[in-house]
Amino acid sequence: MTEKTDRKDWYLARFADFEHSLNGEAATPVHAARQQAISRFDELGFPTGRDEEWRYTSIVELLREDFAPVYAGVDMPSEIESLLVAGLDSHVLVFVDGHYASALSRVGDLPAGVRIESLAARLKEGEMVDGLGSVVADAEDAFSALNSAFLSDGALVKVGAGIELDKPVQLLFVANRARAVANPRVLVQVEKNARATVIESYVSLTSEAHWTNSVAEISVGENAHIDHYRIQDENAAAYHIAALHVREQRASNFRSTCITLGGQLTRNHVHTQLVGEGIDSTLNGLYMTEGKQHVDNHTLIEHTQPHCQSHEFYKGVLADDSTAVFRGQILVHQAAQKTDAYQANRNLLLSSRAEINTKPQLEIYADDVKCSHGATIGQLDEDAIFYLRSRGIGRENARRVLTRAFAGEVVERVQVEALRQELEELVGRRLERVVATVE
Amino acid sequence: MLNIDNLQASIEGTEILKGINLEVKAGEIHAIMGPNGSGKSTLAQVLAGHESYEVTGGSASFLDKDLLDMKPEERACEGLFLAFQYPVEIPGVNSTYFLRTGYNEMCKHRGEEPMDAMDFLALIREKLKLVEMDESFLKRSVNEGFSGGEKKRHEVLQMAVLEPKLAILDETDSGLDIDALRIVANGVNALHSPDKAAIIVTHYQRLLEYIVPDYVHVLYNGRIVKSGGKELALELEEKGYDWVKDEAVGAVA
Repeated sequence: MTEKTDRKDWYLARFADFEHSLNGEAATPVHAARQQAISRFDELGFPTGRDEEWRYTSIVELLREDFAPVYAGVDMPSEIESLLVAGLDSHVLVFVDGHYASALSRVGDLPAGVRIESLAARLKEGEMVDGLGSVVADAEDAFSALNSAFLSDGALVKVGAGIELDKPVQLLFVANRARAVANPRVLVQVEKNARATVIESYVSLTSEAHWTNSVAEISVGENAHIDHYRIQDENAAAYHIAALHVREQRASNFRSTCITLGGQLTRNHVHTQLVGEGIDSTLNGLYMTEGKQHVDNHTLIEHTQPHCQSHEFYKGVLADDSTAVFRGQILVHQAAQKTDAYQANRNLLLSSRAEINTKPQLEIYADDVKCSHGATIGQLDEDAIFYLRSRGIGRENARRVLTRAFAGEVVERVQVEALRQELEELVGRRLERVVATVE
Repeated sequence: MLNIDNLQASIEGTEILKGINLEVKAGEIHAIMGPNGSGKSTLAQVLAGHESYEVTGGSASFLDKDLLDMKPEERACEGLFLAFQYPVEIPGVNSTYFLRTGYNEMCKHRGEEPMDAMDFLALIREKLKLVEMDESFLKRSVNEGFSGGEKKRHEVLQMAVLEPKLAILDETDSGLDIDALRIVANGVNALHSPDKAAIIVTHYQRLLEYIVPDYVHVLYNGRIVKSGGKELALELEEKGYDWVKDEAVGAVA
């Protein structure tokens, strides 16, 4: 028996444990959906290097680990304040090992028509939450199927038509127990003419290996605006597999910023579907890797209707023996005339051993479109280093200034002031370490 | 201030400087002229410490210290400044931050307290007037999207802020229109004082109408083949470089 089948059986057995822990819920519609998902997972199995989508990202190490979901008895940390964005007035939901921590959360007062809450209570009643599973396609992906199978908690952010939510929503996912797998689900529904800012952050309190297998489903209503951030700064032993599925309606505006700093293995899958006309969609990303980290950003932007714009801008800074993958698919359907799509992926290699595999993939079936893409891989500009040195700035500091400027191009696009400052600091701290160890 | 003795340097195995001798004292302005490819810019880069060039012989001291033993940043901190022929564009680093970082490194080198952002802004505003630059430049990325003239004025601005003891201007006049040339020259003149020195590297005599040198040297084929007063520049303008080349070849033969 191969390791892969072993591990599939392991998670099937964990699902059986999970079912035992559910008692009376087993006959509900929610559980029927879970059972369907686990069957789908069983059929699909974990991907291998033979799957085109996983060619450059190996999950062999992940499959060696005995990770198990935490069903009950979550150990709550006493203090999480330092893990939140400093000085940001926000609606806060905290999840520990995948479970909502009400004592640590601060939802605050909400305007009528806004719901910011844990999914757990409603899932426990056994009724499907409206819209759950409507944006994501479990059927195609074993990890999403696994997330659906173990679905027991997550965040719901619902902003009713015409409401502009002033404060950002902060969703903090904390990994506290070693060897745990969390399967959080995030559901964001911003209706017609509404506006919201959502920040998801993922951190570890344990220093040992754990796995986050998250799925987010975001619906952007007609003429709605969503500013979405995803900051992953988990520990260096963590595995992080994330799927972000977005459906955008007519004249809406969606901005995503995906920042990856932590984890030994990270896979960010982003799929946006532009299903109305006049949409403006932006995907920004920054990944900074060191040691033996591996980060895989897999994005798919699907233009199905005319007169939409998409802008994609991902940057990577790779140090040491780290590796990264960027795959940017843009799919323009035949009906999507006058599409304007732009994609850029720029990488800075700080070490001769670091590796990036970048692959733009444009599939265009409409004839009147403007699509452009560009990928660059490079080292720091020696002329620029000399220029800085000739002004009194030492070599190491010069490297830091230039690297920071490179990463800064993504960070400066962050619209939430407090978050931008926090990210500048995080990036700065990372560079102190990375640039100092450069050969 | 600067003593260069039989300096030889090469790049990728090709010898460019074949024995340069030059002494620059405080208060002096020296012009180094010469045809293209004679080694003028190489000399400027070697003095600033560019690591692509290998010093293969000779010595150079700056303020009685071994210049060639110092890293580029140490040379800068000791008071040597190179105005680049081709100032480098640095996306994402704004001009104020760039200058303040350098300025404070020099403060640190001298054992002084670094200057805070507000005080530095006041200092740089004052210096902007000297090069007739708008404050909006400070917010822009270093040299990014600057015109040729703006880049050179920005070099002089840096010189004004960092107040070097020895300024080396490498073809600062190339690509400048007459107004920019006047602004750059006025800036350099205003910054000159009896305790400072400057080396003006140039192909043409034009800049020397505005910055009057005490000495003019002609560099040809990696050696200084002729030195004289400011009138030598006029002679070169009139007669071109060929007669100097002929003299040099004759002398060797």
